[in-house]
Amino acid sequence: MNTVKEMRRGFVASIPMIVGGIPFGLLFGSLASSHGLSPWFAIAMSAIVFAGSAQFVALGLIALHAPIWVIVSTTFIVNLRHLLYAADMVKFVRHLPLSMRFLMGFGLIDETYAAVRPMYGIGAVNEDSGHKVYLGSFLSFYIMWNLTTLLGILSGELIPGMSHWGLEFAMVATFIGIITPYLKHKSFWLCLVCAGGSSILLSGLPNNLGLLVSALIGVLMGVVADAMVNSKPQKDNDIKEVES
Amino acid sequence: MTLPDYILIITGMFIVTFGVRFVLFARADKVVMPAFVEKALKFVPVAVLTSIITPMTLMPNKHINISLDNPWLLGAIAAFVVGIWRQQQLLTIVVGVLVFFVAKYW
Repeated sequence: MNTVKEMRRGFVASIPMIVGGIPFGLLFGSLASSHGLSPWFAIAMSAIVFAGSAQFVALGLIALHAPIWVIVSTTFIVNLRHLLYAADMVKFVRHLPLSMRFLMGFGLIDETYAAVRPMYGIGAVNEDSGHKVYLGSFLSFYIMWNLTTLLGILSGELIPGMSHWGLEFAMVATFIGIITPYLKHKSFWLCLVCAGGSSILLSGLPNNLGLLVSALIGVLMGVVADAMVNSKPQKDNDIKEVES
Repeated sequence: MTLPDYILIITGMFIVTFGVRFVLFARADKVVMPAFVEKALKFVPVAVLTSIITPMTLMPNKHINISLDNPWLLGAIAAFVVGIWRQQQLLTIVVGVLVFFVAKYW
């Protein structure tokens, strides 16, 4: 019973982002059908790949008749950020059995990381409960993503204009909802401004490389700002103060 | 697109996506992150997510559009202000989406 309770906490912490993800999943399904792709392809992609933004990028590339190796390598670059999330989570999962880490790796998406990571930071979860909360978050996103993909395919066939409504804005709003709680220190603001500015300047780079480079610039500037602040005596600006 | 193409795309995307997410977890009992990496990692969500959404917001049609005619920008500003002010994720998302759709279809 305890496991169910912990999983419920993960679900509850994820509700805002699940709401934000629903239009995005609908859009994915309807885009796939408006591109004339097999419904099974879209269903399989959501079930097996389970990577929101990479799935959209892949659809766009398929529409442009890009070669398969370009689709796969672009997916790799778009999802490289998850390596960084994993690097941050390693210390919380090292005591878990491999099968659990396998499952958690499959479910390591922006939203679950954003929902659960701060709970470790403030001590709301520990070694015993963290992975259960995580699984609750992952499972609720997985169910939502696959259901909305299916609904999107069905409604995309009924409502042909749906893919032009701008439903992808829901992702922008969700990501802003993830970012803003961090902005309590100047170093995070500098990180935001530098990453945002460089992503515009570098938007012409091929294969979404601009995303990767500007993210690195943002991280670097945050670290530099931190180092400058910490050279003066001041209270620790740790992620602990980020609340979900 | 033929069936083998579909299978190749999904298999390829699965391998790189899962690989990236799992590789460190697979060795989690042995991997130790250097201290400077730990310090840098807390900036990853802000840096990555900002890099994804800024071009979508400021250049929705592939060229810069900073004006009141850009519903992406208006929606993002609304979400950002509510996010900073109220610190409530659901409210942030709902207000942002509402402002976007009002600006787009008014």
